[in-house]
Amino acid sequence: MALHFELVTPEKLVRSAEVYQVVVPGTEGDFGVLEGHAPFMSTIRDGAIQVFESANSAPESIPVVGGFAEVNENGLTVLAEKAG
Amino acid sequence: MASLKELKGRIGSVKSTQKITKAKQMVAAAKLRKAQAAAEAARPYAERLGAVMASLAGKVSGDGAPKLLAGTGSDQRHLLVVVNTDKGLCGGLNSNIVKAAKLKAAELIGAGKDVQFYLVGKKGRAPIRRDYANRVGEGFDTSTVRNPGFAEAEAISAELVAMYEAGKFDVAHLIFPIFKSALAQDPTVTQLIPVPAPANAAASSAVVEYEPDEESILEELLPRYVKTQLFGALLEREASEQGASMTAMDNATRNAGDLINRLTIEYNRSRQAAITTELVEIISGAEAL
Repeated sequence: MALHFELVTPEKLVRSAEVYQVVVPGTEGDFGVLEGHAPFMSTIRDGAIQVFESANSAPESIPVVGGFAEVNENGLTVLAEKAG
Repeated sequence: MASLKELKGRIGSVKSTQKITKAKQMVAAAKLRKAQAAAEAARPYAERLGAVMASLAGKVSGDGAPKLLAGTGSDQRHLLVVVNTDKGLCGGLNSNIVKAAKLKAAELIGAGKDVQFYLVGKKGRAPIRRDYANRVGEGFDTSTVRNPGFAEAEAISAELVAMYEAGKFDVAHLIFPIFKSALAQDPTVTQLIPVPAPANAAASSAVVEYEPDEESILEELLPRYVKTQLFGALLEREASEQGASMTAMDNATRNAGDLINRLTIEYNRSRQAAITTELVEIISGAEAL
């Protein structure tokens, strides 16, 4: 099962891919997003997003600064001011 | 009639001018491609942010809405944020922007409002100062950096939001060129602060959970939205500047070519005339013997 994940900064679309799971550093705590997550919106604190390509793969971490995450029926979108 | 030497000198000087305008045109063409790509790359972020804003703004209307969305409750003092370029040689671009700004200012003043200017970029300063010397307040200098980017947009928006919070103005308008093509850049006036309520507040059926809550998210989102607007304006300005410069320099190169042709014809004619007179003199001199 795949989750559609997009990471967008003002300069460009950093990442748009199908992944297994993404762990986002929310302001009130980290949260993991899998496919079929309920609609959700949160601001994020500066930290690293962890992207799991598949269930068993090691996470890839992408540092992000300032922004927020939105989960809707299309997947997860992270809008950050700086990434990578 | 100008002497042969003078003509030769003029042809030479026009030729070197043409060389400069041609070089500037090619530089602008190369930069335009980059600027256009940058403007395009920034679009997804602005679109998504706009969509999120629309869905949130629909939910948090009323008393709880932050000041940036709801306004100060009055619309007496207006701030015109005019985005001009830093460099010239780009045809009528800057004067068009200034014209749009002055039109808006005249309209607001006519309606009895207070108008202040906040100028971004060098080229708007002189023409706006000429008419509204006492209304030009602070500005932001983008000429120190090569490619104005998000950092500059951030600095401008931070200053604007601070001025807004301090109660220095009620409404801010953003005036900047929108890049249509290398031939057309439209100066546009949009409302920047308070953030205009999105027209298509699509009420999504899904129940969305918010963390921390709608108000806090919106409060964090609004300055970011302003920032994004300014960033978009800077990118559009960059693309417009290069586009306008390319067109203007193309025209200049062509005009220089025409001028060279005309001067060359004139040069050849007067040279021929000199030769003919000389011949006539020699012949009549020989005949007189």
